[in-house]
Amino acid sequence: MIEVTDLLVQRDGRAVLAIDHLRIERGEVLAVLGPNGAGKTTLLLVLARLLAPERGRVTFHAPTGPITSDLEHRRRISVVMQDPLLLDRSVFDNVAAGLRFRHVAPEEVRRRTEAWLHKLSIHHLRDRPGLKLSGGEAQRVALARAFVLEPDLLLLDEPFSSLDVATRQTLASELRRLLHDTRTTTVFITHDQAEVRDLATRTVWLEDGRPPTDTP
Amino acid sequence: MNEVFSITVLSLEVSGLATILSLLVGLPLGTLLALGRFRGRAALLSVINTGMGLPPVVVGLAVAMLLWRSGPLGDLRLIYTPWAIILAQWVIAAPVVTGLTAVALQQLDPRLQLQLLGLGASVPQMVLALWREARLPLIAALIAGFGSVISEVGASMMVGGNIRGQTRVLTTAIVLETGKGEFERALALGGLLLLLTFLINLALTLIQQRGARQRGRP
Repeated sequence: MIEVTDLLVQRDGRAVLAIDHLRIERGEVLAVLGPNGAGKTTLLLVLARLLAPERGRVTFHAPTGPITSDLEHRRRISVVMQDPLLLDRSVFDNVAAGLRFRHVAPEEVRRRTEAWLHKLSIHHLRDRPGLKLSGGEAQRVALARAFVLEPDLLLLDEPFSSLDVATRQTLASELRRLLHDTRTTTVFITHDQAEVRDLATRTVWLEDGRPPTDTP
Repeated sequence: MNEVFSITVLSLEVSGLATILSLLVGLPLGTLLALGRFRGRAALLSVINTGMGLPPVVVGLAVAMLLWRSGPLGDLRLIYTPWAIILAQWVIAAPVVTGLTAVALQQLDPRLQLQLLGLGASVPQMVLALWREARLPLIAALIAGFGSVISEVGASMMVGGNIRGQTRVLTTAIVLETGKGEFERALALGGLLLLLTFLINLALTLIQQRGARQRGRP
C-alpha cells in the first residue's frame, strides 16, 4: 500500500535515514524499534510527507493509482505524535479539526465526531477546552482525532511514552481493540516490548538510520 | 464643537485605516518571518525590529520627501491630504504589527505545524489555525499598532500640514493650541484623545480577555 524506495534523509551533511526498500501492506501493524536517534521519527515524518528526503520516493498506492500530491497523500493518513498537541478549542472541535480541513459536511462531522468521542470514552469531555485535560485524556482526544478520519494509514510516534504506566497500559489495550475493530494499517514507533507483542504484526529495527532488518 | 467632532472623526478614520492597512501587510509578512526558512530572514527580522522603534518625525520627513511636488511620488498630489497621513502612519504601524505577529507565532510549539499538516490541513488552513491559536498576542499586536499611530504627532504634522478642516487631527490640534497658549483647549483635546484611545483599547482588550478566560476555564 505504501512503499519507500532508495530513501536518503540527511541532516548537516550526515545521513540520518537510509532505507533501500520498505513496503507496508494493507492491514499491517508495523512496529518501528531502535535506540534514540536511530531515525524512527524521521521515517514517520517521511511516510507522512511532512519531511522531504534528499533522495528517494514514498509512494502511496491507492486503488486509483499512485498518489502524487502531498496534500492528497496527507489526507489519507493520520498522525499522532508523542505529545497530543491539541488546539486551543473544545474537545469536540479538536476531534473534528481534520474532518473540517477536508470540507466534510457539518452533519457528517457531527455524527462521526460524536461517535468517536463515545468510542474513546471522552464524550463527557466534549465541551471542555482541549488545553485543560490530563495527559491521558489529551492522548485519548489525539487518538479520536486520528481515527475519526478513517485513515488508510495511521502513524503513531510513541503516543503513550509520556504517560504513567497504568494509563499507558489502559490506552495500549484500547488501541489494540480499535486497531482490531477498524483494521487500520498502522506504523507505530515504540520502545515498549509489551506494545510490540500486543499490537504489531511485523517489526522493523532501525539503528543509526541504516537499512532496516525486517523481523517477521 | 463641530470642529472638534470633525477632528476626532478624522483622527479615528486616518489611524484606523492605517492600522487596518498595516494588518494587511504585517500579518502575512510576520507569518512568513515566523514560519519561513529563507536566506536573509534574520536580516529582514532585524530591519522589522528596528522599524518598530522608528521615530515618527523621521518617517514624516521621508514620506514628505517622497510626496513633495518635486519628489518621486509628487505627481500623485497626496502631500497635505489625509492620505499622506495614512501613508506615514502605515509606515509607523506596519513594522509594529509585523514584528509582534512574528513573535506571537514563534511562541507556538513548532511541532503544531507538523501536527496540523498531518491532520490533512493545506498550508493556508494551517496558517489560519495558527493565527487562531495565537489570537491573544495577535490582538495585542493590533492594540500596539493602533496605539503607535493614534498618539503620534510628528509625521502627521509634517505630511498633513495641520490644515484646518482638511488634515487637522487631535494630536496636531493639541500642538497648535499649546503653541497659541490655549492650554485649556489643548488639555481638553488631550483628554478626548486619551478617552478615545482608552475606549478602543478597552474594546480590544475585552475581546482578547474573553479568549483568555475561555482558555483558562477548568
